[in-house]
Order: sequence, then structure tokens, then C-alpha cells
Amino acid sequence: MPDQDEPVWVDTTVNGVRHEEVVDARTTLADFLRGRLRLTGTHVGCEHGVCGACTVIVDGAAVRSCLMLAVQADGAVVETVEGLTDDPGDLTPLQDAFSRHHAVQCGFCTSGFLMSTTAALREGPVTDEAQARDVLSGNICRCTGYTGMVAALLEVGGTRDDH
Amino acid sequence: MKPGRFTYHAPRSVDEALAVLGQHAGDAKVLAGGQSLVPLLNFRVAEPGHLVDVNRLPGLSEPVRTATGWHVPALVRQRAVERSAALTGAFPLLGRALHEVAHPQIRNRGTLCGSLAHADAAAELPAVVTALDGRLRIASPRGERTVAAADFFVFHLTTALEDDELLLGVDLDDLPAGTTTSFHEFAGRRGDFALAAVAGQATRDTRGVVTRCRLVAAGVAGTPLRLRAAEDVLLGARLDDSALAAATRAAAREARPTGDVHASAGYRRDLVGTLTRRVLADIAAAVPTEELTHA
Ligand SMILES: Cc1cc2nc3c(=O)[nH]c(=O)nc-3n(C[C@H](O)[C@H](O)[C@H](O)COP(=O)(O)OP(=O)(O)OC[C@H]3O[C@@H](n4cnc5c(N)ncnc54)[C@H](O)[C@@H]3O)c2cc1C
Ligand code: FES
Ligand code: FES
Repeated sequence: MPDQDEPVWVDTTVNGVRHEEVVDARTTLADFLRGRLRLTGTHVGCEHGVCGACTVIVDGAAVRSCLMLAVQADGAVVETVEGLTDDPGDLTPLQDAFSRHHAVQCGFCTSGFLMSTTAALREGPVTDEAQARDVLSGNICRCTGYTGMVAALLEVGGTRDDH
Repeated sequence: MKPGRFTYHAPRSVDEALAVLGQHAGDAKVLAGGQSLVPLLNFRVAEPGHLVDVNRLPGLSEPVRTATGWHVPALVRQRAVERSAALTGAFPLLGRALHEVAHPQIRNRGTLCGSLAHADAAAELPAVVTALDGRLRIASPRGERTVAAADFFVFHLTTALEDDELLLGVDLDDLPAGTTTSFHEFAGRRGDFALAAVAGQATRDTRGVVTRCRLVAAGVAGTPLRLRAAEDVLLGARLDDSALAAATRAAAREARPTGDVHASAGYRRDLVGTLTRRVLADIAAAVPTEELTHA
């Protein structure tokens, strides 16, 4: 193992803002977003890909930010929960439905679920419960029991335009 | 936890990647999709001094049509395979198996070849590629070689890859006319590794007699397990109820799984039988398109 950290350049666009930063090669994208850019809406739970709390959208695809190195996002376009709306006070129809259907309790899992479901809805409509549960199955929530999330997803899932 | 320190390499050519691997053989790890390696780095189960990120290598991200079938290069993501009508059309069991591999968020990064190189005994794709008689193209500073899937998997997390070798891709031959494929697995939860899985293909002549057959189980041995006794039962037979029952019994008998906290050995053996029957029932019910044109 090298006895010093190796600094590497990252040039990446996060929520529409370009960042050129020097980071340690071993910094994960999740830690870069949280620690360097202070975008702490992305949460870190298990650090091995299982819980989904760290899910962000990279070049259009939902991915685990705990399983990517920050340096691998060089040249990439990253979206986090903070970027879902332009104004921090606004909610997307999906966020609004999460709120109304009690799909949020402690909130630790919420940003990951929002990024996974936002990416899924961009790919196509979600129209029945089995499909909704399939979309939700890549993230873990310890509080809600998922029922509210299924309802929220089905409420906004039929239309593709607003996401 | 967080990864230990490493020197990061992002080679722009296969030769450059091989040079780095050769120079640091034993202390270097190839990073593809990272969906198996980065968890190991985060927990410091793996602490390589050098990480060779192959994601910037050119020309390895798209499936390539060959004279005999398809070549799937190292950087084709699992999600790209499942979305490729050409690949899932040529090899329908590949699409079915991929739907059972983790979740879209993992498959968006994870590569087909990375799953083969990682060689988890419960992984779906090594069994599927074995059932398709895949051939792995491997490069090293000494040149290129090709290894059959049947010889590639050595044990759980162990393959024929040497420390300084790079898996370039996998070759899958088109299936002969009259062939049908299927895949079934049983897992504790959606997206989990399989407690047991069976991948299969069978070729039938115009009278419905099986002339060629592959049945491969995952999760019940250190490597994908070819169910040869079950295949032998089917060769020369029609896929009727008695043939299916005999093959199901043979498959359960030849699997010798070990039990663990997730399932006992006996439960897994029964699963192999059940999943074999489901695979064969799918194949029996399907009329291969070539036969339709004969009718
Ligand atoms: C939450 C979660 C659930 C999962 N569930 C499943 C599941 O149900 N079934 C399943 O099969 N898998 C599952 N996986 C694993 C997933 O399929 C991985 O993507 C895959 O095993 C590895 O592919 P990768 O491209 O990510 O490889 P990496 O993680 O980058 O590499 C894995 C290993 O292979 C080596 N390697 C990779 N590519 C090459 C190459 N071209 N040449 C030489 N060596 C190479 C690496 O050095 C490393 O040792 C899961 C993963 C996660 C995080
Ligand atoms: S922190 Fe990344 S999946 Fe759990
Ligand atoms: S709201 Fe608490 S984990 Fe989901």
C-alpha cells in the first residue's frame, strides 16, 4: 500500500454546476458529494451497495455512489436529490406524493428512493403494484413498510412528463 | 469503512493496462463495474496497492457481431446486455437471468465480464455462460488465449485468470436451429444471490427429439455445475412428462450442495430438481420457430 494518498483531478458537473477538484484517489463519489461539495442529501448507510441510501444519477443512470470512486465521475454529469428542483422550497410531483402518502418517516432512505424512482420513471411509466414494488426493491427502508411509497409511485407513475 | 490507499491507473489502451498489470502483478486489481470489488475495498477485505480502472479503455463497450455469434467485450454493462434486443434475442436465457441479478442500480455499472471474473459460486451469469458454451478471451503481456467457460471457473471467487491477465470479453455462439433456452432461480428476496439457479438449453429435431442439451446449476457447488446425468436422460428422448420426471430426479441426485444459514443442503438439492423441471417445462412448451416453419 502506498504510504501517502495520491491526489487526482476530478472535473464533474453536479446538479448543473461544474466542479474542478483535487481529491484522494480512494475517495468514493458518495464521500466527495457529501464531504467536499457539502451535498449531504445523499446518505451513506451500508457502503457495500445493498441499502441504496447513496443512490444518485450519473450520466442518466441510477447508481450507487458508495461503489464509484469520485475520480470515476471525471467528465460525468451527476444528479443528486438537491438537484431535483431548481428552488430548494419546491417539490417534484414525486416528492410531493411521497410527502402526502407518508412514504417518509426518519428520512434516511428517502433521497436514495427518490433518485431510484426518478430514474425509473424517466425510463417508462409505472402502472401496477407489482411493477412499483419491483422498482422500489433496490432500496431498503427500515421505517415505512413501503406501502406509502407504492401509493406515491403509482399516483405519479402513469405519466412520464413531470420527472 | 473506507478503502485503503492505492495508486490509481486509468489506462487508455489494452497494452497500457497490461503493462501496469504486468509491472504490479499480485498487487494490482482490475476495476470494471466495481459492484463486487468496491465493497471489498470499502471493507478492506481487498487492499491492492494498484487499481487498474479499465472503464476508459476504448472499443470495449459494445457487443460485436462475429462470424459465429456475438462477442461481449469487457465493458458491456449488465444493463446494456438486458436492453440489447440482439443479445437477448439470440440468447433469451441471458435476459431472464439478468433480471434476477441484483437491481438496475447495480446492473447499470456491473459488467457481464466482471461477474465472470469475480466468479461468485451463487452468481447467475457464470452458469448462463457455461450453459451457452461461452469462450473467454484473455490477454496478458504474453499474448492472448481463449479459455472455455467449463475450464474458466475453478472455485468460488477463483478463476483461470492469472494476476497479470485481463479478460477482454466472452464469445457466445449462435444457438443451432430448433434450440430453446430457459432460466429459473430461487432467492430469498428480490435481487439476492440465488439459493439455487438452473440455466438450460435444448435442441430438438423436427420430431421433437432432444439432440443436444445443456443444464447448469448455480449456488450448489464451488463452480457452475453441469448436470450431466440429467442431460443424459434427455438426449434421444422427447420432452414428455416421464422424461421431465426422470431428469428432475437425476438433477437433484447429482447436485451435492452444502448447507448454510440461508438453506440446508437437502433444501438446495430439492431446489435443483424443481428448477430443472421448470426449465425443462418451459423448453417443452415452446415451439422453436424453425419447427413452426416446418409444420
Ligand atoms: C447489492 C448487490 C447485489 C448483487 N446481487 C447479485 C446477484 O444477485 N447476482 C450476481 O451474480 N451478482 C450480484 N452482484 C454482483 C454484481 O453482479 C457485480 O456487478 C459483478 O459480480 C461484478 O461485475 P463488475 O463489473 O462490477 O466487476 P468489479 O467489481 O469491477 O470486479 C469484480 C472482480 O473481477 C475482476 N475483474 C472485473 N473485470 C475484469 C476483467 N475485464 N479482467 C480481469 N479481471 C476483471 C476484478 O479485478 C475483481 O476482482 C450484486 C452486487 C451488489 C452490490
Ligand atoms: S451506502 Fe451505498 S448502497 Fe448503502
Ligand atoms: S424512512 Fe426511515 S429508513 Fe426509510
